[in-house]
Amino acid sequence: MNRMKIAKRSALPAFGVTFGFGFFYMCLLILIPLAALAAKSIDGGYETFIEAAFSERALAAYKISFSASFFAAFVNAAFGFCIAWVLARYEFFGKNILDALVDMPFALPTAVAGIALTTLYSSNGLLGAPLETMGIKGAFSYFGIVVALIFVGVPFTVRTLVPAIKELPKEIEEAASTLGAKGYQVFWKVIIPTIWIAWLSGFVLSFARAVGEYGSVVFIAGNLPFQTEIAPLIIVTKLEQYEYIESAAIAVVMLFVSLIFLVLTDFLGKKLGNAGVNR
Amino acid sequence: MSYGGYKETRIIRWSIFISAFIFIGFMVILPLTTVFYFALKNGFTVYIQALTRPESISSIQLTLLVGATALTLNTIFGIAIAWAVSKFDFAYKRLLVALIDLPFTVSPVIAGMVFILLFGSDGFLGEWCINHDIKIVFSTTGIVLATTFVTLPFVARSLISLMTTQGREEEEAAVTLGADFMTTFWKVTLPSVKWALLYGMVLCFARAIGDFGAVSVVAGSMKSVTIEIFELYNEYLSSEAFALASVLTFVALVALGIKKSIEKFHSENGGKNEY
Repeated sequence: MNRMKIAKRSALPAFGVTFGFGFFYMCLLILIPLAALAAKSIDGGYETFIEAAFSERALAAYKISFSASFFAAFVNAAFGFCIAWVLARYEFFGKNILDALVDMPFALPTAVAGIALTTLYSSNGLLGAPLETMGIKGAFSYFGIVVALIFVGVPFTVRTLVPAIKELPKEIEEAASTLGAKGYQVFWKVIIPTIWIAWLSGFVLSFARAVGEYGSVVFIAGNLPFQTEIAPLIIVTKLEQYEYIESAAIAVVMLFVSLIFLVLTDFLGKKLGNAGVNR
Repeated sequence: MSYGGYKETRIIRWSIFISAFIFIGFMVILPLTTVFYFALKNGFTVYIQALTRPESISSIQLTLLVGATALTLNTIFGIAIAWAVSKFDFAYKRLLVALIDLPFTVSPVIAGMVFILLFGSDGFLGEWCINHDIKIVFSTTGIVLATTFVTLPFVARSLISLMTTQGREEEEAAVTLGADFMTTFWKVTLPSVKWALLYGMVLCFARAIGDFGAVSVVAGSMKSVTIEIFELYNEYLSSEAFALASVLTFVALVALGIKKSIEKFHSENGGKNEY
């Protein structure tokens, strides 16, 4: 009768075994390992933790990770709006293909994306060569990191915005333009107020995804400390040098940031009323 | 081209259109083409040779084994937790559901390293593992654990969102008429969620075989396909690297095709995109 204490009375069977197994599985795979991470990070005491987590090299890596992720999420938000608008409003030949291509970065392994983008943007690559004549170093640079992070974040803004644009009340837009509103006025006064939560939600999702990204970035970044070293890479480097406490300290900072994103996306998802949103 | 709503001027409409296509062209189509172009650049024979190297074959075997194990574990977990969450009310349910999503926001690198901190020679359970002759880190078990961590949410999320909207009446009717849990699940619940289940499983498997960050941390000298690609590319054996990459890309395209057709033809899934 234990289950009645946890769950409210229900006619259905098997709460104990399904909940028990599911919870046990999550403890084993997620909670205990993450607790071990937190424990390891403070193994050497509080000061060691602070020193490791906020060393100059770590701070430089956070700066690179967060700023590159921000730029990437921003680019994705801008182009994501165009793609979402096209997918939500128009019928045209090849629409299904465009729709599927948007999800490609999500399905494609990051290592594959990494070598493809590096080849394209390296100095003798198809896009890298013209960029170099313009004085921009494509691969093995900060620019390369942003490119890789744009790639992994492509689907997010599109997927949150398409349902929101579809739900836009067309009557209001029509009424506004019939009453003489200019295109940009309709955009700022009618469209933006209705879709901004979905837009922000897509931005946050793609930002969060970019911050943790490792696979595609290690190929294209060059990985020089203080210049092109992202935070997940320091974690791996320290781990390979058996500096577990330092590595764990940086991982805990990243984990904390992830938790903030989780709460934020959960909140935005709730605000969107869960309708047609991927949360 | 048809459109409702207010009519943008032609210039704006075309600029939106062109931006969308240029962006997808540069960011998605071009990288995809690059993979196949460099894989087949030196001819089909070289391509086949690259794929049939013993190293390639053993990496594919390892990846398939890991992918299948992670998929099985997470499918069982997904079904169990979806049943508990969607058919019962209990305290802290929202927190539990939010925790399921945690692996999506955690960097894959962290997903790998936690198992080193637990089971590595220096780890909390390291000594116990050595005493009992259990090898987890730098072995298939470690790779499976890390991959399972990374792919944990897919099946669960796909099922939870659908099973919650479907309610409990049908199952309650079955149980009232005397069906036990297994019968109720197989005959009542499963038929109505089978496409959502498949959807979650396809995404889970695709992500599992493509993982690099988590696996590279725990793999040691073992090589999954993605690690093999990484090493080949670093040794400037780019046609071999791209040959293997083309296999993963092909699998990703198939997964995407299945995903899209489920979204299109089985709208019971709500046309939702699960990440």
